Amino acid sequence: MRETFFSIADHVIAGLRTGEEALLWFEAERSGFVRFNHGRVRQPGSVTQASLSIDLIHGARHAGGRVTLCGNPPADRERVSGFVAELRSELAGLAEDPHLLYNLEPASTEASAGATLPDPLDLAAQVIEACAGLDFVGILAAGEVCRGFANSLGQRNWFAKPSFNLGFSLYSRADKAVKSAYAGLTWNANDLRRRIGDAARQLELVTRPAKTIEPGKYRVYLAPAALQEVFGLLSWNAFGLKNHRTKQTPLLRLIAGERLAPSITLSENTAEGAGPAFGPAGFIRPQAVELLREGALCGALVSPRSAREYDVPTNGAAESESPEALELAPGALPEDEALAALDTGLYVNNLWYLNYSDRSTCRITGMTRFATFWVERGEIRAPLNVMRFDDTLHNMLGANLLGLTREREMLLDDGSYGQRSTASMRLPGALIDRCAFTL
Amino acid sequence: MFDSLESRFAAVVPAVDFCSLRAVEQRSRVLSVRQDVVQPIRNELDVGAMVTVMHGGGLGYAATGDLSEEGLRAACAQATRWATHTARASVYDFRRLPMPHPRGEYETPVERPWESLSTGAKHELLRDWSARLKRDARIVDWEAGLWSVREDSLYLTNGGGRVRQTQHLLSPQLAVTANEGALTQTRSMRDAGESQQGGLEIIERLAIGARPERMAEEVLMLLAAPDCPDETMDLLLAPDQMMLQIHESIGHPLELDRILGDERNYAGTSFVTLDMFGSYAYGSELLNVTFDPGVTQEFASYAFDDDGSPARRTFLIERGILKRPLGGLVSRARAGIDGADGIANARAASWNRPPIDRMANLNVEPGSSSFDDMVRSVKRGIYLRTNCSWSIDDSRNKFQFGCEWGQLIENGKLTTVVKNPNYRGISATFWRSLAAVGDGSTVQVNGSPFCGKGEPNQVIRVGHASPACLFRGVDVFGSA
Repeated sequence: MRETFFSIADHVIAGLRTGEEALLWFEAERSGFVRFNHGRVRQPGSVTQASLSIDLIHGARHAGGRVTLCGNPPADRERVSGFVAELRSELAGLAEDPHLLYNLEPASTEASAGATLPDPLDLAAQVIEACAGLDFVGILAAGEVCRGFANSLGQRNWFAKPSFNLGFSLYSRADKAVKSAYAGLTWNANDLRRRIGDAARQLELVTRPAKTIEPGKYRVYLAPAALQEVFGLLSWNAFGLKNHRTKQTPLLRLIAGERLAPSITLSENTAEGAGPAFGPAGFIRPQAVELLREGALCGALVSPRSAREYDVPTNGAAESESPEALELAPGALPEDEALAALDTGLYVNNLWYLNYSDRSTCRITGMTRFATFWVERGEIRAPLNVMRFDDTLHNMLGANLLGLTREREMLLDDGSYGQRSTASMRLPGALIDRCAFTL
Repeated sequence: MFDSLESRFAAVVPAVDFCSLRAVEQRSRVLSVRQDVVQPIRNELDVGAMVTVMHGGGLGYAATGDLSEEGLRAACAQATRWATHTARASVYDFRRLPMPHPRGEYETPVERPWESLSTGAKHELLRDWSARLKRDARIVDWEAGLWSVREDSLYLTNGGGRVRQTQHLLSPQLAVTANEGALTQTRSMRDAGESQQGGLEIIERLAIGARPERMAEEVLMLLAAPDCPDETMDLLLAPDQMMLQIHESIGHPLELDRILGDERNYAGTSFVTLDMFGSYAYGSELLNVTFDPGVTQEFASYAFDDDGSPARRTFLIERGILKRPLGGLVSRARAGIDGADGIANARAASWNRPPIDRMANLNVEPGSSSFDDMVRSVKRGIYLRTNCSWSIDDSRNKFQFGCEWGQLIENGKLTTVVKNPNYRGISATFWRSLAAVGDGSTVQVNGSPFCGKGEPNQVIRVGHASPACLFRGVDVFGSA
C-alpha cells in the first residue's frame, strides 16, 4: 500500500503545471469481515479498497475530489491523470477561496506497526469454536488500515496498522444481552476465549426476570461504553470552532460561562489515540488539545478552514472538527466500588441512539440497551427493561455528577461506514445522581 | 467503465453453484456556498466490484477496485475460499436457495442533466439562495448546496443474468441558523431530506428558489417563539416529519434481518415477529403502507435489488393490518416466506459492502382528508414540520422525535408558533392513533441519502412519500 501511494503521489506531483500545488490524502484497507448470528456465519468476505483524495491548488483557487485506485499502477496513473485534468478544467472558473489554508512547512512522519495478523478465515474459525453453545451475534473486522499524506512541497506521511475488532453480543432472550468486544493489534486465542467467557458469565445476570421501572429520577452508574455514546453524540458538533462561533454547539451554555463539574477535564489526545497524527491538509496534530478544563470550556478543534475563517491557529483537526481520540480524565472512584457507591439505582453498561431534545441546553435523550441492571444496596437484582432517559449534560456531568472512576477503558471505534475507523476514546465510568427517565 | 466487463467476468467465473459480479461506478459532484462564500468543489469517482459466491452451502464475497481479468480472478478465488471454508458453519444452507439470473435495465428519467448548467452558473444560483437567507443580524450561519450523483451498476451472474441500472440523484440543501443569547434555532431541509431522483428539474419541482426568505423569516419567528407546551394533544405531522416517523417505526421494524436477529449487535432487533404477518393490527384502518420502487422521482427507485430480485409496488400494511415484511430473497428463504412478490430489498451501499435487508421507497398512501379538514378537526393540538431529532429503542418501539417547527392548533385553527417541539410514543400503539390521512394534495416525496445500518456499516438512500397525517392523544413536550 505504501508503495502504491507514494508512487501515485509522485506521478501526480510530476504532472503539475507551473504555479500549481497538490495535497494528496490516501485511505486504504485490506479487510476481512465476518458477520455472525446465532453463533454461525452469516456473511463472510474480503474488501480491498484504496482511494486518493486530491486538492489541486492554483493561487487561492482550488478544486478537490476523491478517486478510487485499483492497485494496477498503469491503470491508476491513467485514471488519476484524467481526474486531475477534470479538476484543472474547473479551476479557472472558480472564485478565490478566502479560507484556503494548508501546511507550508513540510513535516514528514512514518508510523507503521510491524505485527501481522493471522488469516481472517482462521480468526473466524477460532471465534466459532469459542462461542459454541452461545447465541453469539456480531462482526469480526481484521486487516491492515492505511492513511497517507503527500504534497508538492515534499511532505510525506504514512500510517499503517494491522488491527482487529470483534464486536459481539451474547443473547439470553428477546432484547436481553451482554455486549462486549475484543480488539487490538495482536490476536491471542486465549484472550479471545477469556473475553467471550467473561461475557458468558455476565449472561447469567440477564437471564433473571426483568424489572420495569416507572419514569422518574434515578441514581445511575454509566459504564465507560455507555459514556462513549454520550461523547459520541457530542462529537458530531460540540467541539469544533465553527460550531462554537456560529452558536450551533450544544455547549452554548459553557460558551456563556457556565461550567460542568470540576472533575470534567476533556482533551483530544492524539498521542494516545489509535489513528494517524496528520490530516488531509498536511498539518501535524499536537499531542493533545484540551477542550474542557475542570468543567470549563477552554479550547476547540480547529480545522484549517476555520483557522483561516476565524483567524486563529489550526490544530490540524479534520474538516468535520470532530474528535478522533477523545480522553476524559479519570476520577477517584475505584471501579470495583462502583456498585457499592451506586447503592440503589441503575447500572448502565450501554446506551443507544442518543440525540438532542433541545440542542441549545444540551438536553439529551437516549435508550438504555444490553446489560442494564436494577441495583439495590450495591447488589445487582435484575436486568432492566429498556428505558428512555432525557436530561441535560449540565445535570449529568455537572450538578448531579457524583464521581468518575479511577480506571479508564480504551474504546476502539468499531465503525466502518465507507471504511474502518481509526478513532478511539479513553473514558472512565460516571456515577450520577437523579438522572431523568421518561418512557 | 463497464466495457468488456462481461467478457472478463465470463473468463474468470469459477465452477461453483452460483457466482455473481456487481460492479458500481459512482460519480458525484458537491457544490455549496456558505455565508456567501463559495466552498471548495468536491468531485468523486468511485469504481469497484463485488464478487459473491455460493458453493457447497456456504456464501462468500470479495470486493475489489481492480476490474481487470486478473483482479476479478483473484476476487473470485477469495469469495470461493470464504464460501467453501465457512459452509459448515453457515447460518443457512445456500444450496437450498435457487438464485435468479435476471435480465433487465433501469434508468432514471432526466429532464435537465446536471451538465446542462455550468459550474459557474450553478454557483451563481447558490450564491443567490445564500444571500437571500441572510435577512437579519441574528442569522449566524447560512448555506446552500447541491449534491449530484450518477450511479451506474452492472449485475452479472454465472447463469447469464445481466441487469444494468443507472440512477441520477440530486440532493438540494438550504439551512439557516439564528442565535440570540443562549438560544439557537435552525430551519433547514433536514440534511438533504428532500433528495430525489432526476436532474436539475428537481430544483423547480421543489421550488427551492422560492424558499430562502421564508426560511429566514421562520427561523427568526422561532427565536421569538415560546417553548412548546408539555401536554397530551393531537399531533398533525407534515410529510417532512412523516418521513422520519415512517422510516424509524415502520421501515426498520419490518426489515427481516432485524427480525431474524442479524442486526442485534448493532442496529437492533424488532418488536415485530414472523407470526404477526397477516393478522397484526399495526395501525388504524386508515393506514396503508407500500414498498414502491416505481415512483419516478423518488430517491430509492430501482427495477432490481442487488441480489437480482425484480422490484414492484407491494402493500406491506393494508387497512392497518400488517401483511408483508421488507427483505431480500436470502432473508425470505431463511424466514420461510414463500414467493417473490415484488419485495426486493437486498441492497448494498456500494461495491465494497454486501447486500443486506434495507427499506427503499416506503410510502404511506394518501387518504381522503384535506389539510384544512384535518386542522379544523382538532380542538387542541400541534402541527410539526421538519425533523431535527430522532431516537428509538433497539426493538424500534419506544421513540422520541423532535422537529424544527411547531405551530399550535386551537379550536380548529393554526395559531401560535412554538420552538423545540418534541413528542414521544411507542410504535406498537402509536399508529393505531392515526385519525386522519391527508389526500393527494398534501403528499410530498421526500428522500434521504443517510440511513445507517449493518455490520460492516452501510449508509444507503431511502425514499418516503407521504401525506400529512393526524394522530390523536400524543405526549408532546418542549424544552422547559
